Amino acid sequence: MIAYLLRRLAEVIPTLLGVTIIAFALIRMIPGDPVLLLIGERGASPEVIAEMRATYGLDKPLPVQYGVFVKNAAVGDFGESIVSHRPVHEEFSERFPATLELGAFALCLAILFGLPLGVLAAVKRNSIFDYSLMTTSLIGYSMPIFWWGLILILVFSVNLGWTPVSGRIDLAYDVPNWTGFYLIDSWKSADGWLAFRSALSHLVLPGIALGTIPLAVIARMTRSSMLEVLGEDYMRTARAKGLARGRVIFVHGLRNALVPVITVIGLMAGTIVTGAVLTETIFSWPGIGRWLVDSVLQRDYPVIQSGILLISAIVIFVNFVVDLAYAWANPRLRGAK
Amino acid sequence: MNSSALKEFWYFFSQNRGAVVGLVLVVLFVLVAIFAPWLAPYDPAALHDGVFSQPPFWAAGGNTTYLLGTDDVGRDVLSRLIYGARISMGVGFMVVVFSLSIGTLLGLLAGYAGGFIDKVIMRLTDILMALPSILLAIVVVTILGQSLTNAVIAVGVVVIPGFIRLVRAQVMIEKNRQYVVASGSFGAGAGRQVFINILPNTLAPVIVQGTLGFSDGILNVAALGFLGLGAKPPTAEWGTMLADARAFIESAPWLVTLPGLCILIVVLAFNLLGDGLRDALDPRLKK
Repeated sequence: MIAYLLRRLAEVIPTLLGVTIIAFALIRMIPGDPVLLLIGERGASPEVIAEMRATYGLDKPLPVQYGVFVKNAAVGDFGESIVSHRPVHEEFSERFPATLELGAFALCLAILFGLPLGVLAAVKRNSIFDYSLMTTSLIGYSMPIFWWGLILILVFSVNLGWTPVSGRIDLAYDVPNWTGFYLIDSWKSADGWLAFRSALSHLVLPGIALGTIPLAVIARMTRSSMLEVLGEDYMRTARAKGLARGRVIFVHGLRNALVPVITVIGLMAGTIVTGAVLTETIFSWPGIGRWLVDSVLQRDYPVIQSGILLISAIVIFVNFVVDLAYAWANPRLRGAK
Repeated sequence: MNSSALKEFWYFFSQNRGAVVGLVLVVLFVLVAIFAPWLAPYDPAALHDGVFSQPPFWAAGGNTTYLLGTDDVGRDVLSRLIYGARISMGVGFMVVVFSLSIGTLLGLLAGYAGGFIDKVIMRLTDILMALPSILLAIVVVTILGQSLTNAVIAVGVVVIPGFIRLVRAQVMIEKNRQYVVASGSFGAGAGRQVFINILPNTLAPVIVQGTLGFSDGILNVAALGFLGLGAKPPTAEWGTMLADARAFIESAPWLVTLPGLCILIVVLAFNLLGDGLRDALDPRLKK
């Protein structure tokens, strides 16, 4: 296991370095001088421009700039936003909990509904329920979520008036910053339940929008994995022993069917981030997805490059952990390349 | 493919009702795209005076002059959707051609050459896959400038790694098969081995991936359009139309509903078709 861990680690580090090169290089290729953009319409003397360039280290040769970027990133210094003049790591850690809460909520929805539906479809194979679930899940899988979000707003916010359209919570509630998760922190505010209800009602629609594709994938994966397991000899043996059908399906069957499903869930980190960019844009969710889109539009170099680096690092880390968990659960994989 | 293989393929393909539905829908959209100028009742860019935000014919206030209504500046929605099919099908096609050709070449190279070249290509693939796709596409568009062509390139770049991995894996299996080894011992050069012996035998999964690439391409280019990074506004691109319509979600909901529905149906059609092709082309499932 240790040997496997080290070998995987040896693959992860060059990938991470590659990401730093790509993040750095891509940003330099964006046309438009960030300093001129910053000065904007007002204009400034050449001296002031040169001085600003020096402040942001943009006057140094590219390899030096890259070296500084990696060296600082390694110790957790991701530079300062050109627009807000605040450290990037500060802006990131302010917004990351919002994205994490949204992503976690969406994934919980997807698992909560996807798993049982997938199991049920497998057990009732070729029934009307199975067919309609598989059709629905293929529709969910093909869903343009930027449109799906708008439709949810149209139905639940505009027509029914059930949920708010944007933001994380009503401004009326003062939520203390404790975990960064409003669903938890709202209980510590003076309004307790009311604040929680407000936070939840803000979270539901973006959660559904973001959770739809994972839900479809999990339902389909659970079904096919479950179908495979249902045909195994040990399932028949368990039934023959006289165990109840439900027990056999959920204890003997689902447990074994879960391994590939868990892998798929683990590898969804990238899907969730991509979805978060679109979902946060639609619902004005103050997370890292919208923050990055905004920074691209404002040519905020340090934010884009460190933001891409941080997000990719998270995705790489999650995939790494999933790989390890998988290898731990299934020793045969450790030897395989 | 000879005629009996074709018959066999069609037999397995037509067993899958979803796949047939997907095929019919795809053909339908292709026809709409080709014959857009004849099918569309109006010029998609024409501004019709005095009919701003008119609802579709079935809603109160709508009529059959503009079947699916008009948008906020008086353009016919149906005509724009029909021309949008042209853009989306074209976009899907270009994304697939771009990513499939580059991805297949690199995959062949990595799989056949092995060693250092393989390591470099695979490491690059890993890096591209570690970057969240939409972010990579957004940055590429920002570098190249906002246009439909650049959105296609950006999305193509994002799709390439999938093709590289797929082709490489196939080549690694095929290159040790007896027919390839035998051909090599008769003096076949690398070019002949790769393009004449190995490539045709890797095509089935590439075709499937290519079909699914259509839906990825259409979806992602529309997403870029929606974020304001794809086709420029007057263009009748579905994602861009959706972005324009956001402001009118309360007053003119059909402007939001219809373009998105088109995207959903096209993407769904290609996914159905891809699934069907996979089942029909995968020999393991034919038993």
